Amino acid sequence: MTSQTAAPAGPTALQRFFDSDIWWSFRRNPVAIGAAVVTLLTFLGAGFAPWIAPHNPYDLASLNLMDAGRAPYWLDETWQPGDPRFWLGTDDQGRDILSTILYGARVSLLVGFLAVVFAMSLGILLGLAAGFFGGKVDAFIMRIADVMLSFPAILVALLIDGVFRVSLPSDMHQEIAVYVLVLAIGFSSWVNYGRTVRGSTLVEKSKEYVQAARVIGIHPAKIMLRHILPNVMGPVLVIATINLATAILTEATLSFLGVGVPPTQPSLGTLIRVGNDFLFSGEWWMTLFPGAALVIMVLAVNLLGDWLRDALNPKLR
Amino acid sequence: MSDILLRVTDLARTFDVSRPWLNRVLEGAPRQLLKAVDGVSFEIPRGQTFSLVGESGCGKSTVARLVVGLYRPSRGSISIDGSDLAAMSREQQQPVRRKLQMIFQDPYASLNPRWRVSSIIAEPILAHRILSDRTAIQKRVDELLRQVGLNPADGSKFPHEFSGGQRQRISIARALASKPEFLVCDEPTSALDVSVQAQILNLMKDLQRELQLTYLFISHNLAVVYHMSDTIGVMYLGRLVEVAPARTLFAAPQHPYSRLLLDTLPDLDMTGRERVPVAGEVPNPINPPTGCAFHPRCPLANDRCKRERPETKPAVTGTLVACHAVEEGRSQEMPAAA
Repeated sequence: MTSQTAAPAGPTALQRFFDSDIWWSFRRNPVAIGAAVVTLLTFLGAGFAPWIAPHNPYDLASLNLMDAGRAPYWLDETWQPGDPRFWLGTDDQGRDILSTILYGARVSLLVGFLAVVFAMSLGILLGLAAGFFGGKVDAFIMRIADVMLSFPAILVALLIDGVFRVSLPSDMHQEIAVYVLVLAIGFSSWVNYGRTVRGSTLVEKSKEYVQAARVIGIHPAKIMLRHILPNVMGPVLVIATINLATAILTEATLSFLGVGVPPTQPSLGTLIRVGNDFLFSGEWWMTLFPGAALVIMVLAVNLLGDWLRDALNPKLR
Repeated sequence: MSDILLRVTDLARTFDVSRPWLNRVLEGAPRQLLKAVDGVSFEIPRGQTFSLVGESGCGKSTVARLVVGLYRPSRGSISIDGSDLAAMSREQQQPVRRKLQMIFQDPYASLNPRWRVSSIIAEPILAHRILSDRTAIQKRVDELLRQVGLNPADGSKFPHEFSGGQRQRISIARALASKPEFLVCDEPTSALDVSVQAQILNLMKDLQRELQLTYLFISHNLAVVYHMSDTIGVMYLGRLVEVAPARTLFAAPQHPYSRLLLDTLPDLDMTGRERVPVAGEVPNPINPPTGCAFHPRCPLANDRCKRERPETKPAVTGTLVACHAVEEGRSQEMPAAA
């Protein structure tokens, strides 16, 4: 009889991860590794923007209008002579483009992440409820989902944003603009999660381990959270990764249209819009570099999501 | 009558298998009801095993699920040690549920793949607040693992690391965790190898003796049923056609369906002889035959069988049989099975 206090514990979570099929599939997939590295760099760059950005573009005291519209430093033939301080050039206010991109990616990622978390929570909650309770609850939730699916996500987001814009005083709106955006984007994309979770819940609910829990007398809410939820999270994580890219794009689109985050807190979309005005006057770097940053970020996250979807699909193993 | 642990009276369960509402309205299709269980009554004395046998779709699993409260009965009552689950609130049910556990058919689906074995086994203990101290729970889980022939160290593993037979042992350990008096076993061995089946059945018999358990045992395997049971109920299309002590049933089956069923058992004496297969198939329970549900396949059926549903009545050998032919003494005319 061995004491269980010194239990011959199984491998730790980290060891199990390195043993898993997922890690194996990751290691032999160069695209996934590349995408992961780029994603990680983007996240780090955005997360630590205040520390690694060469300038603080929103510190008005450090701005000098004389620096406005400088071309990237490494270009020879220029309209305005380049300046070693501004590696990717400056915008019309004299702000360093590289710094604005880092700060802008921060806002884009923040909005994207929060929107995904919001959409995921809402989708999981409604999907679980629809699948678990079935009947009228299910029919009601899924009809709402069908209606939402028949509008483009961007339209739903525009609508929600518009309602807030009209109903709140403008200074207050400025303050909570980011959260309104999160709400709008999240609300327009929960349907994906909801449908997937509902489908998986229907499958899991009929399995005998759920019935065993019911026989024991576990509360239905506890069965949903502790038994069913962990078993439906796989596909949800895949959707979340791909949804992060979509959310960033939706945010950029809204900001490009001028209904996104306020100019005091520009995201990549805002930068692209502002730069767009100068495209035809030849100052292409103002819009090209933020655009390229957005494309790289979204592409990396998307590739990562694609790989994750394949890696978690037992039929493709 | 405290020695009757389970009393089932006139139990019935109807399932609505209609098309969705929109299709019914558009296509004018009628509502369709399936009588999975239709008027089943039986009793299990404490410490005994009662088995339900029958072909697939005869409603035996539905009876099991009704007894443990996974389905609500459409009619009739189930009394476990004097209390009826269906008439109770969730809170009131808990003390009864503690006495009642179920072992499922598929050992690959009945354990949550994301939980460690020790958490799976501890779940009933926590749910019924039997123990609260962590070390006490761990000790109890170890004891349960040993009791079902596993190693306490197995508790830290996940279900997928075990074979079917071992998983079924984990299922049994979980079922025993709340110290139940009554176990409902829904084909507990049908998904296992023959050699493993015997081990699990012997384990269940040993546990029954040790812990004075009462079993409701569901199976389509007659050999297993013979090995396990004190009393056997033969089901056909949602009804009990014969209830008899195991030995009596196997020695002298009364109902023509029981006889045909027992004739399908392979047997050494039969080597090289022609078998009489059970004629026809189980009718669709959505549209059961009139009168005695077995009459289209019964060699003894006459006009009365087509019109009148037979009641369950005591027959000569002290068993309960629902058959006009047995009642009228025509049953000896049945063609020999060999």
